Amino acid sequence: MVGFAPKPSDVVAQQDKVAGPWHEAWRSFKKSKVAVVGAGIVLFFIIVAFIGPWIAPQGINEQNLPNRLQAPSFDHWFGTDDMGRDILSRIIHGARISLWVGFFSVIGSVIAGSILGIVAGYYGKWVDAIISRIFDIMLAFPSILLAIAVVSVLGPSLQNALIAIAIINIPNFGRLIRSKVLSIKEEEYITSAKAIGMQDIRILFSHILPNSMAPVIVQGTLAIATAIIEAAALGFLGLGAEAPAPEWGKMLADSKMYLINAPWTMIFPGIAIMLTVLGFNLMGDGLRDALDPRMKS
Amino acid sequence: MLHYIGRRLLQLIPVLLGMTFVVFMIIRAIPGDPAQVILGQQATKEAIEALRAKLGLDNPWYVQYFDYLGGLLKGDLGESLRTTTPVSEEIWPYLAATFELSLFAVLIAVIVGVNAGIISAWFQNSWFDYTAMILALVGVSMPIFWLGLMMQYIFGIELGILPTTGREEVRNPIDSMTNLYVLDTILQGRFDQLGIVLKHLVLPGLALATIPMAIIARMTRSSMLDVMRSDYVRTARAKGQKMFWVVYKHALKNAIIPVLTIIGLQMGLLLGGAILTESIFAWPGVGRYIYEAINFRDYPVIQSGILVVAFIFVMINLFIDILYSLIDPRIKYD
Repeated sequence: MVGFAPKPSDVVAQQDKVAGPWHEAWRSFKKSKVAVVGAGIVLFFIIVAFIGPWIAPQGINEQNLPNRLQAPSFDHWFGTDDMGRDILSRIIHGARISLWVGFFSVIGSVIAGSILGIVAGYYGKWVDAIISRIFDIMLAFPSILLAIAVVSVLGPSLQNALIAIAIINIPNFGRLIRSKVLSIKEEEYITSAKAIGMQDIRILFSHILPNSMAPVIVQGTLAIATAIIEAAALGFLGLGAEAPAPEWGKMLADSKMYLINAPWTMIFPGIAIMLTVLGFNLMGDGLRDALDPRMKS
Repeated sequence: MLHYIGRRLLQLIPVLLGMTFVVFMIIRAIPGDPAQVILGQQATKEAIEALRAKLGLDNPWYVQYFDYLGGLLKGDLGESLRTTTPVSEEIWPYLAATFELSLFAVLIAVIVGVNAGIISAWFQNSWFDYTAMILALVGVSMPIFWLGLMMQYIFGIELGILPTTGREEVRNPIDSMTNLYVLDTILQGRFDQLGIVLKHLVLPGLALATIPMAIIARMTRSSMLDVMRSDYVRTARAKGQKMFWVVYKHALKNAIIPVLTIIGLQMGLLLGGAILTESIFAWPGVGRYIYEAINFRDYPVIQSGILVVAFIFVMINLFIDILYSLIDPRIKYD
């Protein structure tokens, strides 16, 4: 009898053979060098955001007026700003703000978009008509303008910028989930679930939602990139983070005055935004190729 | 075709009504008393009352909305609180400036983007392909406001070859008829001024064009690669037709449809990007008009500015949809 027991190595080999779609996706993702570079950049900024307070050479608002607008040097790698604050330290702290806004605004959009998309797709008829028209109306505005409209109502602050960005991205996720729900709800396993008397809410959350997740993850990663730029844009326009928060867009806005004498106040925060956004874009492209091969170009 | 256009116009009605409602709510949704918020804490009671009456805030919201809608139908976009001029009069020069800038940016984005995409696909895996696609990847991730500042610094301050702000030279103002300065200077035969106007357009135009250009280049490349593998392209090549004509005459015609969709989508990005570009380059367009209104809490201008831009955006999308059917007769609208 003992001779029939499978060896542990065989079990592993068998598990490899029947690898699920997520495992396949991970293998495909790893193959794309560009996607791995993107993931590396994202991971780098996440680590910086977490350990920022310990690695930053100086405090966020540690002013040193005699040292104002110093060019990059050994003491201040990215130079100092108009108040003598170390720009590198502010960028390191700023990573936390940008990633925070990026992640949480997208999480907000995903939750609200998923609920609306599922309800519209599953129940159809007038519920779908109303929700879809609301999405159409929201998408009729260029996104940054809608964000400006929301912030001009709520008042300028980082928190309100986050809310505005979350709101403007809802229809993108809502439409995505709705279209997935429409195709999934015709599948046989959903009909079977209905036939055995499963409740709508359980079908929605235990069958339809998990099966709609792949495109949401792709869209979500790309949306974080857009959200980071939008938060920085609102900060740049004076509608996001307020002084003295080291938000990258706000730092760029402040640098406008010193473009001639201290261009480094503008160069480094911009590079930080661009790299973070590039990381999420590359990672999102890789995830799309891995999770949705039909989208692969 | 006419049936399709008619149906699309009908479908627009609820969207347009929804847009007006969203814009109408901008003032009404301000927490607390909007009149107090607009005028600030120092405002007198009389001033607040006067503003409430002016904005019609004393009536129930639905009466206010129908009044607002009625006004819009008559072309009344409200009155600027700062200049006390009707927005419908004030907004035209700003719109013209944005139109000129956007058109310039679209031209750059389409000409450079489409051609870069075609050449990348034509010479796939060449150094040109790699360079163009890396630049496109970076371009997509570029914050437009940073790019604008970098351009100002490099071309305006360091090299000193291009103007960094405005549309014209203060000492050599343009005698404008249409507010489209390029057109004005051509109509008047003032080619010295045309040069100045074009120079002013370069930096904001390039900044605004960068992201759409990158997206269009990527889309054109992937679309062209699909088409280039098809049988009819191979046949054209086999018949001995020159590669240039195969690419530009046969392949491009079929590859352009998805690119056109992307171009349509980019218009929204462009109109949104205009507000950032215009604030950096002091370009007196509708984006800057809204930006200044925000700083002065001039809500009627914020409302109408956003509404007008969104309206243009919706119309452009409709136009692009109709354009598809003209370019690709295979698309049927039933």
